[in-house]
Formats: sequence, structure tokens, C-alpha cells
Amino acid sequence: MTEDLIVATAVGKSFPTPDGKGQFTVLADVDVAVHAGEVVALLGRSGSGKSTLLRIMAGLIPASGGTVVSGGRPVAGPNPDVAMVFQSFALLPWLTVIENVELGLEAQGVGRIERTKRALRAIDLVGLDGFESAYPRELSGGMKQRVGFARALVVEPNVLFMDEPFSALDVLTAENLRGEIDDLWNAGTFPAKSILIVTHNIEEAVFLADRVIVLGANPGTVRGVVSIDLPRPHNRNDGRYKALVEHLYAVMTNPTMKVAAVPSVEGTKRAADDAAPYSHPLPHVRVGTISGLLEFVQEKAGDGGQEAARLAESLALPVDDLFSILDAAVLLGFATVHSGVVSLTPGGRAFADASILQSKDIFREHALERAPIVAAIAATLEKKDGHAMRSDFFLDILEEYYPEEEAKRQLATAIEWGRYAELFEYDAVEGRLQGQAV
Amino acid sequence: MLPSPGSLRRLSFGLSDVAVILGMLLVLAIVAKVGAGAFVAFTPPNHLPSVSLDPRNLPYYAGRSTLRMFVALAASFVFTLIYGYAAARSKYAERVLVPLLDVLQSVPVLGFLSITVTGFIALFPGSLLGLEAASIFAIFTSQAWNMAFSFYQSLRTLPADLVEATEAYRLSGWQRFLRLELPAGTIGLVWNAMMSFGGGWFFLAASEAISVLNQQYTLPGIGSYVAAAVAARDMPALGWAVLTMAVVILVVDQFFWRPIVAWADKFRLDQSAASESPQSWVYDTMRSSRVVLRLLRALRRTNDWLEARLSTLTRLRVRTAQTVSRPALVDRAYDVLLIGIVGALAAIGFRFVLTTVGFPEVFRVVGLGAATLLRVVVLIAIATVVWTPIGVAIGFTPRLARILQPLALFLASFPANFIFPFATLAFIRFGVSLNYGSMLLMALGAQWYILFNVIAGAASIPTDLREMADDIGLGRWKRWQRLIAPGIFSAWVTGAITASGGAWNASIVSEVVSWGSTTLTATGLGAYIAAATAKGDWPRITLGVGIMSVYVVGINRVLWRRLYALAERKYHL
Repeated sequence: MTEDLIVATAVGKSFPTPDGKGQFTVLADVDVAVHAGEVVALLGRSGSGKSTLLRIMAGLIPASGGTVVSGGRPVAGPNPDVAMVFQSFALLPWLTVIENVELGLEAQGVGRIERTKRALRAIDLVGLDGFESAYPRELSGGMKQRVGFARALVVEPNVLFMDEPFSALDVLTAENLRGEIDDLWNAGTFPAKSILIVTHNIEEAVFLADRVIVLGANPGTVRGVVSIDLPRPHNRNDGRYKALVEHLYAVMTNPTMKVAAVPSVEGTKRAADDAAPYSHPLPHVRVGTISGLLEFVQEKAGDGGQEAARLAESLALPVDDLFSILDAAVLLGFATVHSGVVSLTPGGRAFADASILQSKDIFREHALERAPIVAAIAATLEKKDGHAMRSDFFLDILEEYYPEEEAKRQLATAIEWGRYAELFEYDAVEGRLQGQAV
Repeated sequence: MLPSPGSLRRLSFGLSDVAVILGMLLVLAIVAKVGAGAFVAFTPPNHLPSVSLDPRNLPYYAGRSTLRMFVALAASFVFTLIYGYAAARSKYAERVLVPLLDVLQSVPVLGFLSITVTGFIALFPGSLLGLEAASIFAIFTSQAWNMAFSFYQSLRTLPADLVEATEAYRLSGWQRFLRLELPAGTIGLVWNAMMSFGGGWFFLAASEAISVLNQQYTLPGIGSYVAAAVAARDMPALGWAVLTMAVVILVVDQFFWRPIVAWADKFRLDQSAASESPQSWVYDTMRSSRVVLRLLRALRRTNDWLEARLSTLTRLRVRTAQTVSRPALVDRAYDVLLIGIVGALAAIGFRFVLTTVGFPEVFRVVGLGAATLLRVVVLIAIATVVWTPIGVAIGFTPRLARILQPLALFLASFPANFIFPFATLAFIRFGVSLNYGSMLLMALGAQWYILFNVIAGAASIPTDLREMADDIGLGRWKRWQRLIAPGIFSAWVTGAITASGGAWNASIVSEVVSWGSTTLTATGLGAYIAAATAKGDWPRITLGVGIMSVYVVGINRVLWRRLYALAERKYHL
């Protein structure tokens, strides 16, 4: 066994809900270790707490339970063994490229001459020669993220942390930069001993990582670990590579499926509680998007099925977005997903074919039956005299189950769906919901 | 990367360097010459500085006044950094400092002059420095609150990813301040400082020549020059003063604010390249000068040393689970303590006023406040009716807006009290009662904020919306109702808030005006405070200033806050 660089044991993270009564659990009992010389990917959908886990291991936020040990010392405060590459680049806009790269060295108190020398080397490494004195706003997204990499690599960290580093870039730029980082790693002169990358992109995880840790959502738990047992650089045309990608797609589209090739840890599924309709979260997807996807599947596959992996590709859609849309379609009973294959239900086909007015009827029927929050709001409004209530009332209820931001989003999505279904109207200025006779 | 326009138009080595060196020497010489005047002996009532009405002295007086403005600005800046930082970084400090700022912003600065003048004179016995300090303090109080609030807001709205990056790379507290917090606040701070500096001239002029405790104090400066000219009924001297003031404002703008605004542009938080960035020929000259570059290089080593020392003092704080959640009990105790202190202060103030002047006086003063309130309301209404159509017309014509917007800014920063004597003379000539005339005086300074903001608001209405209105043939009235009025509403609210704040402050000098030995007085709270200040009647000063603060804070809460919220929610473009 190689040296353990960072070990997280039984890490949990929860926030009190805004009403102060309950707890919202983001991560529960997570064990993750990063060994020397490997690239580890944390793969999960939104809500799996993967970024939270990364930040706990980086010492940026404290865990609610469990321990993180880095280089033999428990982590308390920003972890000196890691350097982070951010999704949003997080460059200081008023510093030039070289000043941004020197930031970490300055914090370590490295002298000016030494600092400049090392920064120039790092800038050279990521291919930004000649842009030392440019300001970030003069650079394209891909070049900005190169600065982000240079800033991280110049401090020669034990572990390089990457938080969805390519997801803010367009597809081609991301592909290019991903390939270059992989080349740097494979060349064996990489300025860090290991890499930990957070991603929701399955292809990216299989391409870059030696080990993929699959996280389950609500709360975030380790569902299992998949070893990418391929020679580096990973060849995309290799049959085993494709099999691994497909396996992960199947795992990701089906939250209850076992993760193979590993002693799997089953995600703790929240028990369905019909007495509490507000506890079933809605995926944040617009109705128009759902119907767009259904029409696309209908057209491509007719009555047959369509693979999720192919869907993401042909729609040029980030897989995370696709999963949310699929979730919504499944929740509403418009589609089913079995081992990575999407097929429409009769209801879904009707919805995809319907005229505007018909589609509203179909959607209303499905929403009332299968989207508990929407149904519960409509039912409450109906019982009320005048059928009108302040939206804050429902927000308060939702805040018993979700953190403040998520509660707001849940309400916004429920209102979007309810409005489309013509179940209720919403006056944004007065913050009032007006029910309609059903 | 595109080279900056400055480096393209680079003057030859000699010229720009000579310009910079001469400029620096000139500034030093002026400061030395003008500043020396502040240290002359001052032992009232035997030894009082006087002001000569010879226009040749005006540049010197203007210099004295300008120096005061800059000292006040520097003080405001230091105050802002400390106050804003404390309010943003400590939850407990925040709960005291932010409401306090809110109140301080609403309190009529001029009402405090009497208190501060007596205080500062006692602080520097036998020297003019006491009066200087009092005047500077008056200007300071007109600038500092806005600036501190702006800085606090920038600190509270730092982009989360940048904060995280400074933590992940383990920057010390000092480094974080220097690399993230100060730069992120710079643009807001610069704009606020520039606007407040403009407003400061008004308070400068009012604070240089005042009578406090039955004693006339005169501090050599352009404001006291105007006061002396009024006393002597010297019309030409007044003309010269107005001209000088205009020149000073323009010079300060060109040589100080423009370069700073051009420099501050690099602290924009948005990552996109701007289509139009502010330009300044002074800044370009300085950037192309090697002398400046050398100087900055030389400072670098000291800077490194300083940074290392301060960094070891401000090591990264370790956040643990304990420091994140505080016990609710401590929070509650803190709240109770605060309420107790505020209640006790209010009770002491009440007792002081009631035992000295009695209840009937309180009612009378509330009535006077209503009179002044009426004036403020009427003036805002009239200024809105007059300036909104003009502002919209200007804002819809980009070429006009580019020329006239700086003019409106200039007029807003021109101290209205320089124009008061001309208006007073007209009132006397045509027999206008100051009860109405004072509205015009208050409007002289306040109306420009409405004009300025309406221009900006109209210019920000998207062209496609205006084209749509043309396309569907909206009539003139409908167009105002559906497009223009909602479109400029936010901007108008901002302008009207500033204008009403300015008008309340101006009431103290607008409700009593003189020309020579003739004095006009209006019935109002401003006149009441002015009279109490002149007599040194402490209970009445306290009562007047207190009631005015209650009016201003009350109207802010009842009216402006709500309009502002409405503008943010519904009429946000």
C-alpha cells in the first residue's frame, strides 16, 4: 500500500434548518482516502455533497463529524498540503497573471526574486508564456483556468484539488485543457503527488482518474469505488473504457443500483414518508425543458429506448443537467430509466405529442398525482377561503425540510410547475398564490 | 493584450518626467505655503484672523479651503477603512455600527457645528488649529458616513469564490485586506468619496464663518471670503469668489478625481473587458513617466518588509465548528445590553430637554419641523416636475448626456451657499418672503441630484424598449406611463433621497440669510437651530437637532425605504 496523503474518516456535514428544529444533512459518514501517486475522482450528482466534501478535506469548511488527517496531522483550518483549482477560476481581477500566480507563494512568505522565478516556471508549464502581465479580463475562459492551474501548481502541493475545473468552459476548450493536464500528469514531472478532482462528468472521471468514488445524494454517502484499471493515458476507444463509462452511466441514472467492481456501500435511501409531502424534493427543471427532452426522445427512439449517455452527447448537455431533467420526467411518470436506457411511458408520449392546451391538462394530472409539493400547495389553496395565500407560508413549511436557499428554489420550482398546470397563479410583487378551481 | 492608450501616446522621456516633477514640486510648495497659515496665533477675542476682500487674495484663501477639504478626505478615508472593516468582520460590532451609521447619515451636520467648534477650540488653546479642526470635522461628518457605508457594503458582498481562494492559499489577514478586500471596495469608495467631496464644499463654506455662543469666528478661506463680502455688500467680490470656486472644482476634478477614477477602473469586479473605460490625461502622463516608476520600485522593498511584519501579526484565523455557531444566550444578552444603552441615552436626552425647556417647546419645535418638512416636500415635487422631462430628454440623447451629465455633477458639487447672496438680494428687491424663498435656496443645491440621476436612469432604458414604444405607436402620455416613469423610477428614488437629505441640511443655512445688515428669517426648524446655535443655547440645540434627526430618520423609514424596496423589486431594469 502506498502512502496515505489525506484520509477522511466518517466525515459528516449537516446544517440546522432555518426554523431551527431539524437538521439538513449534506454528508453522512463518508470515508475517503487519497494515496500518493494517484488521481482520484469524486463523482456525484448535484446534492451529493461532493464539493462540500472537497472543501472539508481542504480545511475550508469545518466538518460536523468525523476527522480529516492530512500528512499525519488533523486538519483544522486551510490545509497546507493542498492547492485548489476552482470552477469559477477565482482569479483576482485587479492582479496580473503573474501576480495571481504568486499569491500562494506570497502567503508562504517566499521572497520576491524566488517568487518571480517559480511563478514564471509555472506559467510556462501551463502554456501561458507571454501573458505574464495581462489582466484576467483580457483572457478567454480557458486561459483563465490555466492561470488557476499555474497558481495551484506553483506551490507544489502534495495534493492538487480540482473543483469541477472544466465545467465553466465550452466543450472544446475543456477537452483541450483536460488533455493537457493529463499529459502533464502522465509525463511524471507533475508538481503534485496526487490529484483529487470533483466532477459530475462521467467521461471526465474515467478519462482522468485511477479511481472513481461514486457519491449518492440526499444525504451524500459513498456508494462505491470503481477502479479504472487501464494503462495511462486512458484510451477512449478501448472496450474496457467504454464499459466503465457505461457502467457509471447506469449507476448514476439509477440511485439504487449497486456499484460493481468494489465492495459496495449502499446509499441510505430516505424512507418515503407520505405524511410529509414537502419532504419529497422537486428537481429544478422547467416544464418546457422536460417536454423538450420528451419530444427529442420520442423523435429519436420512437417507442424504443435511448441510452442516457448518447442523449447527453447528442444534446450537447452537461450530464448533470440531463440527470435533473430525467429525474423530473421519471418523477412525473413521463419516462422510465432502466440500466441507463431512457424510454417514454404512454403518458410521456401523450405529453410529447399534445397541443399546448392538452399538454397542460396532462401535466396537471401527472403533477397532482406525482409531484407531492405541487399537489399539497394546490390542496391547501383550495381549502382556503378565497383560495389565496402568501407564498411565505409555504416557504416556512419547506424550510422545515431544506436549507433556506434550497427551500426558496423548491418553492420557485413548485410555482413554475403549478402555474404551467394552471393549478394556481402567483403575484410576484405581493408574494401571493391564488388557487384555481380544479 | 492591447497596450494602454497611455503608453501609445507616451510622451518622450524628458517631457512627461519634467511635467511630473514640476507638478509634484508645485503641489508641495502650495501645501507648505498654505498650510503655514493654519498655525498662526489665535487668542480670541484680542487676536482674530480677518479676511481681506481684495480678489488677489482669493487664490490663497481657496488654497486654505482646499487643503481643509483634503485633510477631511484623508480623515474620512482612514475612518472608513477602520469602521467599515470592523462592521463587516465582527457580528457584534455590526449590530451597533450599522444602525449608528444610518442615524449619523440622517443627522443634520450643521446643527453640530456649535458643539464641535467649542470643543476643538478648547482642545487647541491659543492656536487657529482649533477652528481649523472644527471646520475639517464638519466636512468630515459630511463625507465619512457615506464612504464607510459603501466600504462596508463592498466587504459584505465580496464574491464567495475569491474569499475562498484567499483562504485556500492561506493569505494572512493583512494580505487578504490588501489583495482582496480593499481592491474590491475601491470603486465604490472612490465614487462615494468623489460625490461626498463635492457635497463637502457646502459644509466647508458654512463652517468657515459662523457665530457660535455669540462670538463670530472667521477662518481664512473662500467660505469666509463670501461671508465677508455679504457683510460688506460687495457684489464684485462675490462674483470673483464664485469664479474662483468654479475653477477650484474643475482643477481638483482634473488633477485629482479623474486620475483616481481612471486608475480605479482596474478594480472592476466583472471579468469582461469594458467598452468604455474612464480616461485621464494626468493619469496617462504619470504612467508614462519613469520618475513615478522608479519611485514605486523604491517603495517596493519597504512595502515587502511591512507586509511580512504585518502578516505575522495577522495570521490566518482557524475556523473551527465552535467559532461558527455562537450560543444564543450570549446573543440575547448582547441585544438586551444594546437596547438598555440606547434607552438610557434617550432618557437622559429627554430629561435634559424637558427640565430645561419644557413640553410646550417640544410641541412648538415639532410644528416648526413640519413647516420645514413641507418645504422639503414641495421643493422635491417642483424639482421633479421641472427636471424630470429635461433629464429624460437629455438621457435619451447620448451625445447630450455625455456633455451635460458632468455638468450636472459639477453643479451638484458647486456649493449652493455661494449663490445664496444673489438670491437674497433678489428676495429683498422684490419683497419675497423667505418662507417661500428658502425653498428656492434649498433647491439650489438639492435639485441637481434629481437631474443627475434622472439623466442616468433615462440613459439606461434599453433602446429596444424605446423602439418598441415607437413601433406600436404609444402616445406621449402612455409612453410616460408605461415606459419612462417605471424605467427611471429607481434612479429618481436614489436622486430624491440624496436631494431630500441635502435639503434638510441646507435648511439650517437657508431659513436665515442676510445681505449686509438686513436679515431675512423663515419659520422653520432650520431657522430655529441656527438661532439656537448662534446664542449657544444648548437645550434648544439638542432639541432642534434631535427633532430634525427624528424627522429625517422617520421619513427615511416610512417613505424612502419603501420606495427603494419597491424600485428594487418591481422597477428594476
